[in-house]
This record gives sequence, structure tokens and C-alpha cells, in this order.
Amino acid sequence: MSFPWAEHYTPKHPVMQWMDEKLPLPRLVYNAVGAGYPVPRNLNYFWNFGVLAGLALMIQIVTGVIMAMHYGANDLVAFATVEQTMRDVNSGWLMRYAHANGASFFFIVVYLHIFRGLFYGSYKAPREMVWLLGLVIFLLMMATAFMGYVLPWGQMSYWGAKVITGLFGAIPVVGEPIQTWLLGGFAPGNASLNRFFSLHFLLPFVIAGVIILHIWALHIPGSSNPTGVEVKGPQDTVPFHPYYTAKDGFGAGVFLILFSIMLFYAPNYLGHPDNYIEANPLSTPAHIVPEWYFWPFYAILRAFTVDFFFVPAKLLGVLAMFASILLLFFLPWLDNSPVRSGNYRPTFKKFFWILVADVLILGYCGGAPAEEPYVMISQVAAAYYFAHFLIVLPLIARFEKPLPLPGSITESVLNRYNIKGEEDALPGMGADPQPSTAG
Amino acid sequence: MVRIGAFFVGLFFAGWLLISFLFGAAAYVSDPPQPTVEHEFHKAPKHVSFSFDGPFGRYDRQQLQRGFQVFKEVCSACHSLKFVAFRDLEALGYNEAEVKAIAKQWAIKTPDVDPKTGEMTGRDPVPADHFPKPFANNVAAAAANNNAIPPDLSLMTKARHHGSAYVYSLITGYQPQPAELLREFPDAKTPEGLHYNPYFANLNLAMAPPLTADGQVTYGDGTKPTVDQMAKDVAAFLTWTAEPKLENRRRAGLATIVFLLIATGLAYMAYQNIWAGKKTAA
Amino acid sequence: MRRRDFINIAAVSFAGMGAVAVVVPLIDQMNPSADVLALASTEVDLSAIQPGQAIKTTFRSQPLFVRHLTPKEIAEADKVDVATLRDPQTLEERTVDGKKQWLITMGVCTHLGCVPLGAGEGENRGEYGGYFCPCHGSSYDTAARIRKGPAPKNLEVPEFKFTSDTAILVG
Repeated sequence: MSFPWAEHYTPKHPVMQWMDEKLPLPRLVYNAVGAGYPVPRNLNYFWNFGVLAGLALMIQIVTGVIMAMHYGANDLVAFATVEQTMRDVNSGWLMRYAHANGASFFFIVVYLHIFRGLFYGSYKAPREMVWLLGLVIFLLMMATAFMGYVLPWGQMSYWGAKVITGLFGAIPVVGEPIQTWLLGGFAPGNASLNRFFSLHFLLPFVIAGVIILHIWALHIPGSSNPTGVEVKGPQDTVPFHPYYTAKDGFGAGVFLILFSIMLFYAPNYLGHPDNYIEANPLSTPAHIVPEWYFWPFYAILRAFTVDFFFVPAKLLGVLAMFASILLLFFLPWLDNSPVRSGNYRPTFKKFFWILVADVLILGYCGGAPAEEPYVMISQVAAAYYFAHFLIVLPLIARFEKPLPLPGSITESVLNRYNIKGEEDALPGMGADPQPSTAG
Repeated sequence: MVRIGAFFVGLFFAGWLLISFLFGAAAYVSDPPQPTVEHEFHKAPKHVSFSFDGPFGRYDRQQLQRGFQVFKEVCSACHSLKFVAFRDLEALGYNEAEVKAIAKQWAIKTPDVDPKTGEMTGRDPVPADHFPKPFANNVAAAAANNNAIPPDLSLMTKARHHGSAYVYSLITGYQPQPAELLREFPDAKTPEGLHYNPYFANLNLAMAPPLTADGQVTYGDGTKPTVDQMAKDVAAFLTWTAEPKLENRRRAGLATIVFLLIATGLAYMAYQNIWAGKKTAA
Repeated sequence: MRRRDFINIAAVSFAGMGAVAVVVPLIDQMNPSADVLALASTEVDLSAIQPGQAIKTTFRSQPLFVRHLTPKEIAEADKVDVATLRDPQTLEERTVDGKKQWLITMGVCTHLGCVPLGAGEGENRGEYGGYFCPCHGSSYDTAARIRKGPAPKNLEVPEFKFTSDTAILVG
């Protein structure tokens, strides 16, 4: 593992010693998320979201496997079996609502995780591979979520499937055959439903596999931290267990409270009423929208309204939507500023917050009907999105004057508390900001 | 290399988006979007309060029974309730025998096969059966209803925004088409056979006003059956059919959240304990 | 025990309690759902079953044998010395008072759950004239009691009652 001062796994009990010789799984866990993994001591709450994303995936897999026990992947009965789960299966409503809202919470947590990575420059060398694998997970999540939304076979399921597979139809020449191939027919039907179910069941396990790679790649350089200054010695780190297991335990509690409030008191708030109407190929809902976590990308898709010479606007929109995600794969090389953390990059910081506002605006427009002024707003917002990553970030990296970095993680921690201590000390008490540990 | 390539890709996308924006803005100015009749005259559901509002609200069993009576005597002639079974009515406060009697006396029969001839026939529903549909299929439903298929009502209050208030507003919202609507949109006159209703998405509804007079239903519990009361009761009943587990959900939620608050409080104290001293000491 | 250790232990115990509480609905969801439980009773019309005939219907998704015994079959069943049986029961104990001719049993062999022959027209009824299970050769007599072969018990008589002279409600 990464640091020479990491604690070593030494099983004491004979059974654990035997286990360590035959299958050193406890050793692996110890070194991955136990006392054997030294972690920067200054991580803030934004570093909770990786573990929370893992928790969200577990909730999805458990509730999903249970949903599959009661679900009939057939276009004639799919809607009815989901309703039966809600009404007749013991605790079925709990499983269904937990699964549906769990998807939203998974995305909330992952978006905050990405936000953390973007602000603190976690994607930069030597952690490019962690970033790239994270993006692979994100793409797999999007595919899984999309296919999962089709399964209840409501109106939004059906028309969502039709619209999203229709994107592939925009590709010249091969587009329509690809769309037909994806659906196994000329419109969403039983064949589409069955394959989406099969893949929806498979992909979460693929995600779990890529998460293992993501964590593995993270353990090579070790975790990043809010200063962006690399670990210099043992004084900069604490063992993952018990320090961060305790913090993550608290974080998980807060996450579960928020999740429970949603799940038990507003379970349909994030869903769309039209999905409680059974799929009807002869009647399109007035206003087709994907789930909220796709809204920014959906806004980019719809922002292209003018053909570019021989390239139709529809194709441009599709290309731009995919490009908006794929460009993130190049981020470690687009932003080549040697300073990682946004806290020491004044110009970057301003543009970063513009980007956050920009994505929120895109999201709002993506959920709104395809009317003016939303289309015009999303055009400007989408233009900034592309400009930010592809033009602004490389330029900032070139011209920005970063603030002086702290000498080490420990120095930054001590400075923070010293400054605070001085403020507190003004009345002349020399107060310790932490509760006393004596006794 | 990557940055130069990115610069041009970025320039292309951002540039073309801004050009699209200019086209759009020009069109917006020269040819501003016309207001539609739905935009101007569609109304959000009325404000109406129910016993199940709010995080601790519960169903009023008496009201659900009255609503069920309205459904039975009025709505069920045309609308199905296919995801609900007679046995589910026990949740409304009926006992087993009453449910059995309700099922047996239901006006619509459950489709069955004659065991001797194999022909399609009907039998009295039993509690295990779901509510039988009033029409054999969509073609029959459309044929009997001026080409409009009466939707299934099981999930209606979840299939519309603010569904409970929507059902109430729709039933009580029939009115003559406003004169200013016809002045502003002369082409939007309600077609023959449809009914103007500002709470319906496209303003013209095939369903004739279902509740037309006070006393259309005679309540057993002495509640005065005004149109308003009946509409409210049936909206409550349809809220229950869409979300029969609402009370279980809220109860389980309260227990879960109380537990989590305590557990999270303890987790926070444990976290502070473990970190005590670590944050400041070198 | 120090106060801080106590808090850590309490926090971990609470998390453990929560995990156990969550497992309950996860397990309970696999129990029969409300719609399955609602179908837990079956009505059978007896009017068309002639003496000597049997019909095969279903109860809780399993075969149910309804047999109209002839006086000869009843006599054969009564003749047996109950003490010699593997699962001692008289025909009276297996039928309703005054309706001894109606033998209602599950069509599930008590050995490993195959469906015995003998309820259908012309099927092998085995050497005791009742039912015969082709899987491992269990023979049942005219009161559907096990007489020969590996099955440990008589064919199960479900709970049922006569709703009229010619109809029963099983379950």
C-alpha cells in the first residue's frame, strides 16, 4: 500500500491467522478500509460521499433483487405486477419506494461526489485513473437508471424508452438499424422490456466491480484532501479505521434520515404522475421528461435547434449530449494547473461556481417544457458548459496566479486552529476549540 | 494537443449554441409565441383539505365508505378499478361478511368460463376477485362512451399532479365556457358531445358531469350528500385506492426516523469521541 | 467502563439493532402475499360426481382429490384392522359425519410430493383400490390410507365443510 507507516495487519486469534494464510480477505479489508489505510487527517464532510454512494448502491441491489422476485418482465403484466408488489406483497410498498427513491439518492450522492472531485481537483495526477473509473461508473449508472425506469411500463417508461432509443436513430445511415436492434422491434415492446430487465439486473454488479477498481486505483496514491497538498509524513494521516469509519457512520446516519423522510413522506415527489398510467403506444404524454438526474443532459440535447449545414440539429444535439459527458474523460489533461484545490485558485473558484449555477440552470430548463424562454436559456447555459471545460479551464490553468499553498496538511490544520484559537483568545482565555479530552 | 483540440471542439459547440440562441431570440422577438387557450384558461386544482393531508394525516374510514358508495353508485357504471380487490375493502372498516355481500351483489359480473360448455360467462365476484371491469375491452368501452375510453381509476390520484384535489376539482369544476374565452379564441368552442371543464388538461372533457344534484346518493351515516361532499368523498376514496398503504407507510416512517435520529446522535458523539484531540494536536 | 467507550459501544449497538430491524421486512416479503392468501379456499360442486368416480381439482395450487366412495369401497375400508396400519385412522375420522361416502384428500403423496394415480378415469388405483403413486410405488387404500410403499402417512385430509348437500368449501 501507499505509505510505509501504514499499520500492519497482525491477526492474533489462531482462526484469523489460519484464515490469513489460506485466504487473506480480512487483511485486504484491513488495508482497504481498515486501520491499514492511512488517510489525510483534514478531510471535510465532502469526503463522505464516496462511502455513501457505496451505501446507496447496496440499498439499490438489495431492494432491486427483492423487486425482481415479484416482477413480471412482460409488457402485458409488468405494470400490474409492480402494482401488486405495492399492494399485496408484504412490505412491497417499502421495497418499491425504497428502490425508486434510492435511485434518486444514489444520483444525489454521486453528483456531490463529482462536485467534490471537480472543486478539489481530485481528478488531477496522480489520480487520473480514479477519475476515469469514476466516470465509467457514472455512465453505467445512467444506463442502469434509464433501463430501470422502463421496467414499470408506465407512460413515461414507454415514451422515455422511445425517445432515448430514438437518439440513436439520429445517427446517419446506421442509426435506424441500431434503434431497431436496441428495441428488438420498431417501437418499445415486450422484447425491449425483457432485455432492459436483464441488463438492469446485470449492470449493478458490473458497477460494483468497477467500484472495486475505483477504490484500488485510489489506494495507489492514497486519498486526496481539501488542501490538495500531498501527504508528507505520518503526522499528516490518521488510520481509516476508526477515524473515518466513525465519521462515515455519522454521515450514513444523516443520509438515511434524509432518505427516510423522502421515502416515507414524499415517495412520489421525485417521480412523474404519468408513470402511474399504464404504457399506451397510441397516446403520448403532453410533456415527456426524463428523471431529474438526466435533466441537465436533456437540456443540452434540446438546445440544438438549428442545422449546421448538412448536419441536422437533432444529430448535433445527440452528439453534444454525449460529448458533454465524454469531455469529462479529458478533464485531467484539460485543466493542467499544478494546484489541485479550488481553495488556492481564486480565478478557478469563480468560474467553478458559475459552472455549478450553470448546471443547475440547465437542469431546471431540462425539466421544463420545450418552450421559450427555456430553450433560449438552455442554449446559453449549454454554451457555457462546453466553454467552461474546453476553453476556460485550460486558459485559467495557464494564466491564473494561485494563492500560496500550506507547507503540509498538518500545517494547514494547525494554522486553522491557531487562527481560531487567537480569535477565541482575544477575551483573554486561550480557549481550546475542541472539548477537553482530559479525564 | 488535447487542449488545442478541446479549444476548437468547445468553440464549435459553444459557438453554434450561441448562433442557435440568436436565431431563436430573433424568432422570439419577430414572432412571439402565441398564448394558447390551455395556457390562459386551464386552472390548477382547487385547494381542498382532507383528513390524510400532512405527514401525520390518516384516512377517515367513514369518508372512505361514503366515497366507495359514490364510486359504486355513480362511477363504476363506466370506470374500472382493476388493481383493487373486494377483499381490500376490509381496510375501509367493512367486516368479512360485509365484503362478501358487497362482492356478491356487485352489479358487474366477474368473467368466467362455463365448466360444461366452455363458453364465456359471468359469475358473482368473491372477495378475492378484483373489481370487474364494466366493459369487456377498450373497443366496447369506446363504443359505449362516444369514442372516449373511461380510464381506470385505481391510480388516478397518483397519476395527476395533486391528484386528490384534482379529482375533486374536476368533478365539481364543470361550467359554461367563459365568454371571454370565446372572444379570445373563437375556434376553441367546446365541440359537440364534450363538456367544458377548466381543471381538465385540454379543457374539454368527454365525461358528462357525473354528480349533478344534491342527494344523488343516500348516505347511511347521516352526512348530507351535497355535490361538494360527494366529490370530496369520492376523491378521498380514490386516494385510498391509489395508496392503500399510506397509513402503514407514515407509521413505519415515524418509527424509522425516530430511531435514526437517536442512532445518528450517538454516531455523532462517537465520532467526536474518536476524533477528540486529533483535530488540533500535531 | 469509561463514558466515551460507552458511547462508542452504544452507537455500534444501535447500528446493529437497526440492521436487524431492516432484515425483518426483507425476509417477510417472501411470505405469501395478500392475493395468494385470499385464494386460500376453494369451493367444489359435488353434484356431478357419481359413486365410484373421483375428480381432481386444485386447492392452494395443489391437487385435491374428491372421491365418491361406493358402499363396497366403504365396507373394504371399514374392514381393515386400524391397529395394523402405519398411520392408524378410521374412515370415520377421515370423513364428515353422515357423509362417509365423500373422501376429500390432497393429491400429494406423503412420501416426496408426487401426484398419485387413481383419481382419473381408468387410472391405476394400486393393489388396495385407492390411489397409487408411480414415483416410488406407494399404495393407498379406499380411505386413502398408506398401506404399502415408502410413504409415511395417509393422504392428508384438508379442512373443509359442507356448505350444502352437494357442495363443499375447502380451506
